[in-house]
Amino acid sequence: MTATETVIRLGYLLAAVAFVLGLHLMNSPATARRGNLVSAGGMALAVVLTVWHLATDRPGATGPLVLAAGVLVGGVAGALLARRVAMTAMPQLVSLFNAVGGGAAALVAVAEYARLAGGPVGVRTTLTTVLDVVIGATTFTGSLVAAGKLQGWVTGSPVLFPGRRAVGLTLVAVVLAGAVWLFVAPSVAVLVVVIVAAAAFGVVMVLPIGGADMPVVISLLNAFTGTAVAMAGFVLDSTALIIAGALVGASGTILTKLMADAMNRSVVSVLVGGFGTGDGPAAA
Amino acid sequence: MSVALLTDLTVFVLAVLVGFEVISKVPATLHTPLMSGANSIHGIILIGVMIIAGEARTVPEYALVAVAAAFATANVVGGYLVTDRMLEMFRR
Repeated sequence: MTATETVIRLGYLLAAVAFVLGLHLMNSPATARRGNLVSAGGMALAVVLTVWHLATDRPGATGPLVLAAGVLVGGVAGALLARRVAMTAMPQLVSLFNAVGGGAAALVAVAEYARLAGGPVGVRTTLTTVLDVVIGATTFTGSLVAAGKLQGWVTGSPVLFPGRRAVGLTLVAVVLAGAVWLFVAPSVAVLVVVIVAAAAFGVVMVLPIGGADMPVVISLLNAFTGTAVAMAGFVLDSTALIIAGALVGASGTILTKLMADAMNRSVVSVLVGGFGTGDGPAAA
Repeated sequence: MSVALLTDLTVFVLAVLVGFEVISKVPATLHTPLMSGANSIHGIILIGVMIIAGEARTVPEYALVAVAAAFATANVVGGYLVTDRMLEMFRR
């Protein structure tokens, strides 16, 4: 390992420590804001280190340019939304940011898989890629529907169309069959089919859940994204992604349970759906 | 199983255990800010986007990088800003 690599890896470790400390400080109202700043500092450090790593790696110019353009667009859009949106609309905004995070996690695995798919793809890469894209795509569409329900673009009432369980099971079957196929023969086309089925499943999963239960659902999908990011870490062999993703996956799961408890609901009964909401007649 | 995979798996399991323990007895008023704070942290996928940006060589790969970069950056920047705005209310 060169001296540069050592410094970069130690820096990633420091970023991981900042994430853990930041989350911990957010347990109490007095220190919560500082916790968020500590966490943001860790993120800034991780980004700077990766820019440095890229610069020493000397890739072609096109990749970094495309990256910079995407960062600019996403950064401006995120900042404007975060500053302009009304206080009351924040849960759906968090859900939107969660959606794009899950989408990014899925896209990263697709790009890496497409690069490798010319040759043999190992079991480890196939397994983590499939888990990443399935969780990421489900989270992407599920979070968008959740945000839409809170914003009023999608009805807040549970949508209980006939045969929804059959549709859900069919989509799960397509995902599983596609996954098995990928272990036998690597194929980007089959991976895309898996993604589309998982994305459709995300919609079918969230539609039957009432608007009042959305905070619990968003928290669960947040934990999903963390898990997807950890899987992306396995695909790319990046410890920073594995730590941060696993941290969010686990703490998000605990938080989901706390939120459900606070509403006197169980996570399972939330996911089954059909529970009434504040702005429509109870359907169950 | 390779040493690298075992190391990754070890890190993953320990990070999951830390994640389970790091939040506890959070007052209900902090549920949404905490969710938002955790949401910003998984924006670390931006690092993954930067890694694939260095490896991309074809037009479809560049397209994936561009979209993923916009998504991940919105997650990071928007996530931290919106969490900070929520937590401003707790200052007295």
